Amino acid sequence: MIAHLPALVVLVPLLAAPICFIFSRSPAIGWVITVVSSWVSFAIACVMAVTLLNGGEIQYVFGGWAPPWGIEYVVDQLNLLVVLVVTGVAAVIFPATLKSVRPEVASHQLPLFFVSLLLCFSGLLGIAVTGDAFNLFVFLEISSLSTYTLISMGKDRRALTAAFNYLIMGTIGATFILIAVGILYMLTGTLNMADLAVRLPSLGDSRALQVAFAFTIVGVGLKLAMFPLHLWLPNAYAYAPSAVSAFIAATATKVAVYVMIRFLYSIFGAEFSFSEIFVQWLLLPVSVCAILFTSVVALFQHDVKRLLAYSSVAQIGYMLLGIALVNQTGLAAALIHLFNHALMKGALFLAVAAMVFRVGSSHVDQLRGIGRKMPWTSAAFVAGGLSIIGVPATVGFVSKWYLVLAAIENGWWWMAAIVLVASLIAVVYIWRIVELAYFADSEASETEVKEAPLIILIPIWMLVASNFYFGIHSSVVTRFAEGAAAMLWGQG
Amino acid sequence: MSELFSLFNYWVVVFLMMCGFYTVIASGNLVKKIIGLNIFQTSVFIMYISVGKVTDGTAPIVSADFSVYSNPLPHVLILTAIVVGVATTALGLSLVSRIKDAYGSVEDDEILDADSDERGSK
Repeated sequence: MIAHLPALVVLVPLLAAPICFIFSRSPAIGWVITVVSSWVSFAIACVMAVTLLNGGEIQYVFGGWAPPWGIEYVVDQLNLLVVLVVTGVAAVIFPATLKSVRPEVASHQLPLFFVSLLLCFSGLLGIAVTGDAFNLFVFLEISSLSTYTLISMGKDRRALTAAFNYLIMGTIGATFILIAVGILYMLTGTLNMADLAVRLPSLGDSRALQVAFAFTIVGVGLKLAMFPLHLWLPNAYAYAPSAVSAFIAATATKVAVYVMIRFLYSIFGAEFSFSEIFVQWLLLPVSVCAILFTSVVALFQHDVKRLLAYSSVAQIGYMLLGIALVNQTGLAAALIHLFNHALMKGALFLAVAAMVFRVGSSHVDQLRGIGRKMPWTSAAFVAGGLSIIGVPATVGFVSKWYLVLAAIENGWWWMAAIVLVASLIAVVYIWRIVELAYFADSEASETEVKEAPLIILIPIWMLVASNFYFGIHSSVVTRFAEGAAAMLWGQG
Repeated sequence: MSELFSLFNYWVVVFLMMCGFYTVIASGNLVKKIIGLNIFQTSVFIMYISVGKVTDGTAPIVSADFSVYSNPLPHVLILTAIVVGVATTALGLSLVSRIKDAYGSVEDDEILDADSDERGSK
């Protein structure tokens, strides 16, 4: 039974999507199917987590074709962490979606909204569990195409241009990955990731291999919003329906970071990536720019969703920084932050979704005095903000602790200082919103703003609680992250 | 010179790829951008398909008369990628048609102007 779980975790939402389509007359049925399938996937992920507590991997071979020829799904501690993040966040956020998107998405699109959401969900899971490079491209496109659709459903017309720009950038990125996979196939005659990892080192100093590497970095960099390639992200997150922003901000870029780690460490190998190509000298300046520059840009945003989007680009910088430090602690820090950031941004974006639900806008002027009208939602926003800043007892602290440790392990004190300075900038941009929410006089508005409905409030507080739970019991996550980091370095 | 010619499939691919890429970047018309994107993707499809050719190979249908076959795998892969490409183009064009409804234009600069006008009037 355990052997079938890697396939089931993807297939449940994938098969739920057409079922959802059949019942597309009623959004409520679509919502129930979506929620149930996300819970089933999360349960499967938890069972796999228990199985892989002490390392090892679960392999699923499709159609009985043995691995280098057939497509296989492999779950080890590395992608299990990603599967847990995606399914966990989905299981918490999806229940809030129906209520939250009703005012934002046109009612005739609502049933199809859930179909797209399920396809996006299963695409992200597929990327995480597949052990086949071409299959990864296919799932990447499944998740991307459905994400473009979801973003375009936002009520502002700028959602359309945001989705269009993301489509152009995303397709270029995915096509770059397709080129890289093609070159790797030409060089080795295989598409299986494990098999590629075995065959690539014997190629030696090959120009074609270097080209494939470059296409991979740029292609995946576009997908994960690596600093100069992040331009699609702020608009996409700002104009998408709020619940969608919460889901994709928490999961989509994290999955792309996983793809980056998988390609750098497993497929090309740490030896090739860091000792021959020296990719860390690309990632290091890029991540430092992302951390400092986009944090500063976030200070000047007038829309809370945009502010959080820029903050996301900065947080992705932390993950890339962890990779660029080229040591085992750094890689573990990147993985821990991957998990933790999903929790904080999920909580923050969902809190903003609740505010948008009541107020109708996420512009800072509209949110004046929101702390008195929606105390629970605002408190959740503050708690999520503390986690972004990295206050002890939150998950943000754990991530930064590991990141600073990894920087010091390299003897780079200045890098530890940069991480701390960026945290101070985060204090400023979160404080700006807190000040508006609690200390500014509220504008007289014609509609009475009251606390968010429980169906949205409970998911927000579950995410907030997880921020504190994993901040205190951090060993649950660090165990998997350190195990995965040790495994990846062992291969390199 | 002979090396130049023996790699001609790659020249075709790179030429098409750059044509498509240039159209995506340089064209202000959203429909042209999507078509450029499509050409860009198609060039990669051709790259895959052309490397499936094995010298003196025949169609990959098992027969006692032949021992050398072309490699069918890249073709099968690209069948999938073509489906993805069609879906992307269809989605892109339907977005363009919705943008046309919302803005009354499919030109990049006019859409930007429309948005900044709206912001200015607020």
